[in-house]
Amino acid sequence: MARPDRPLSPHLQVYRLPLTAILSIAHRITGVGLAFGALILVAWLAAAAAGGSAFATMSGLMGSWVGRIVLFGFTWALFYHLANGIRHLFWDAGFGYEKADARMSGIAVVLISVVVAVVVFGLGCAKVGG
Amino acid sequence: MSADTGKTLRTRLGRVRGLGSAKEGVNHWWGQRLTAIAMVPLFVWFAFSLVALAGAPHATVVAWIRSPVSAVLLIALLAAVFYHLALGVQVVIEDYVHTEWRKLALIIIVKLASALAALVGVLSVLRIAFGA
Ligand code: HEM
Repeated sequence: MARPDRPLSPHLQVYRLPLTAILSIAHRITGVGLAFGALILVAWLAAAAAGGSAFATMSGLMGSWVGRIVLFGFTWALFYHLANGIRHLFWDAGFGYEKADARMSGIAVVLISVVVAVVVFGLGCAKVGG
Repeated sequence: MSADTGKTLRTRLGRVRGLGSAKEGVNHWWGQRLTAIAMVPLFVWFAFSLVALAGAPHATVVAWIRSPVSAVLLIALLAAVFYHLALGVQVVIEDYVHTEWRKLALIIIVKLASALAALVGVLSVLRIAFGA
């Protein structure tokens, strides 16, 4: 078969993904992950509606150390996906396509997501205590 | 249509037929962007609220949910999140699942499950907002 005169995809096993490509797949992974995280939000609201003892059980789960690790993961995933989502919206509007710009905005997204996640989660934990 | 020079992702057959993948695609695309834009301020508000509520007892949390602003914004958040996620996960399924019946079955499950989960969330907020 003749080689088609069309762009080729990178061969994933031999191609070192650039930062922008890693961030792109991370957007997808965090998106799917957050879909499960949304169920925690629903469970929290349902527990609050169900009454004091259900809410206490839910709070206990969320406050346990396993719960905190999971919640921190979702907190970071949310802020990463949110910040990178804004990056996506700028692309949709036609801005930031230059290779150097895409790299810079990518680095900014990673730094911002980590800092915001740590600050938000840290403030929350400080208030809960323990 | 562009001349047959340079590289294009479309096959010649695809171009002759004039069919793209985007049929209802524009609505899907808009839905994803609109919900994304809506969620930016909603999640900023939600993050501030959760930090303020961290460790609060049940009564405080319920009082917060019941206040009209929180109730409305929570329902808006639930609607945006679940609509956005149903559209988003659909694309992921379409990219990776190539057996037609499996793809369809998964998409149906995701759409129904997200609708159901969103309803549970909204009903919980309403129960608190209108409840005793
Ligand atoms: C809990 C909240 C959220 C969930 C569960 C979620 C989930 C998803 C999923 C599953 C996708 C599809 C990913 C893909 O096709 O690779 C997606 C895409 C997207 N999300 Fe979110 N998302 C959430 C919040 C947000 C927020 C707050 C923004 C704010 C800007 C956002 C912006 C976007 C954008 C722009 C896309 C399209 C990306 C593309 O075209 O590839 N998302 N989201």
